[in-house]
Amino acid sequence: MPPVSSPVGLRFENIDKRYGGLLALRGVSLTIAPGECVVFAGRNGSGKTTLLRIAARLVRPSRGTLSFSGDSTGGNENTVRPGFVAHATMVYDELTAEENLLLFARLQCVAQPENRVESLLQEVGLEGRRASLVRTFSRGMRQRMAIARALLHEPSVLLLDEPATGLDPQGVTWLAGTIRLLRDSGRTILMSLHGESEISSLGTRAVRLDAGSVVADTRTGATFRSILTFADA
Amino acid sequence: MSLLPNTAVLFGKELRTEFRSRELLTTTVVFILIVLFMFSISFRPTSDESRQIGPGLLWLAFLFAASLMLQHSFLSEQHNDTLSALRLSVSDPFAIFFAKLAANTLFLLLTELLLLPIFATMYNVPIVPVFHWLLLVFFLGSLGTAIVGTAFSAISAQARMRELLLPLLMLPLLTPILIVSTEVTKGLFDRAPYLQWEGVGFLAVFDLVFLTALWLFGEYLLEE
Repeated sequence: MPPVSSPVGLRFENIDKRYGGLLALRGVSLTIAPGECVVFAGRNGSGKTTLLRIAARLVRPSRGTLSFSGDSTGGNENTVRPGFVAHATMVYDELTAEENLLLFARLQCVAQPENRVESLLQEVGLEGRRASLVRTFSRGMRQRMAIARALLHEPSVLLLDEPATGLDPQGVTWLAGTIRLLRDSGRTILMSLHGESEISSLGTRAVRLDAGSVVADTRTGATFRSILTFADA
Repeated sequence: MSLLPNTAVLFGKELRTEFRSRELLTTTVVFILIVLFMFSISFRPTSDESRQIGPGLLWLAFLFAASLMLQHSFLSEQHNDTLSALRLSVSDPFAIFFAKLAANTLFLLLTELLLLPIFATMYNVPIVPVFHWLLLVFFLGSLGTAIVGTAFSAISAQARMRELLLPLLMLPLLTPILIVSTEVTKGLFDRAPYLQWEGVGFLAVFDLVFLTALWLFGEYLLEE
């Protein structure tokens, strides 16, 4: 995994997100340094997914601002394109693995898209199924496709919303190895997880959300663990 | 800068997925055939009656079929949340609309051209001498239908009762296209065929106005 030339940080300032009568996020303020690997924990509906979708700029906050900092282009939000792995795989069932990745590589103007797709298919272990339609894939294989799609343009910021969903134990080990490489290459990683796992141990910071608010935020051992396990620190 | 390359890539994806399954084209052709056949056996129009009511029937069938076909346009992107992946990938969100409306126009036009000879035979209306003018009217009418339908498909895909919502939003707005296309087609089916240039001009302006509106406001239609 090539190192990132200019790591990017994020700054959420007083973010609210309202869906009709439901306040999904309440005054969330967080500054994430370039190269940090942040684990978001919290019960279902605590606002983790909404926060990641705001970071991906798929959802516009009702109030507050999101800014990126530290990249060579001055942190202009339009120049930072995070890689995003969501609950849904975000790939087309009717296209083959190779067609899917080529489609998104071309849309993102990736240089030499065929070579990039080839190397990613090998990295995620799907080179033998390149010509198979994604609808014939198992959940774990689809998740590998989702991760490959998110990495196509070698993003400086990675947003992973429960990335281990559907992966078998070997898949989780592979994913943990991949995230470790990405973290060590200087990429900023924000991921939402449920509980402690091989993947959560890669985090350098843990943030717990509850009912749309940040209720705990730490970088240290014992508190870090309690945030992930929902135990009182 | 990247609008046209992105549009070309997405247009290719639309064609590939449709021609791989042929679901939309097949169901739309069958739907229009059923309407034309049922009307034909219900009223048994004479050749003169066909020239009078045929164009209206044809365009009504096209518009109802389009409301079924265009439903799929953004609904298919909800499955697996591929719309989010597209929004994250393209520099200009209009490329998503542009590719979809180009593909939808092509699919509508293909359906219409496939059914035109069947209509002509069933209703005893000569089309060969005016085929090139019919092609122009069908293109402009289909383009307008696709622009409005694609925009409302993006809105209705995120709503409850989406299957009902699209025709309810789309058909009233397409009434001018129905009226003008019917009138122009009626002129072309006349015993002494003529082209109503005012009608053609109206269709072109309608398309241009709605395309501009989509270009200006389309981005907001894609937001969650």
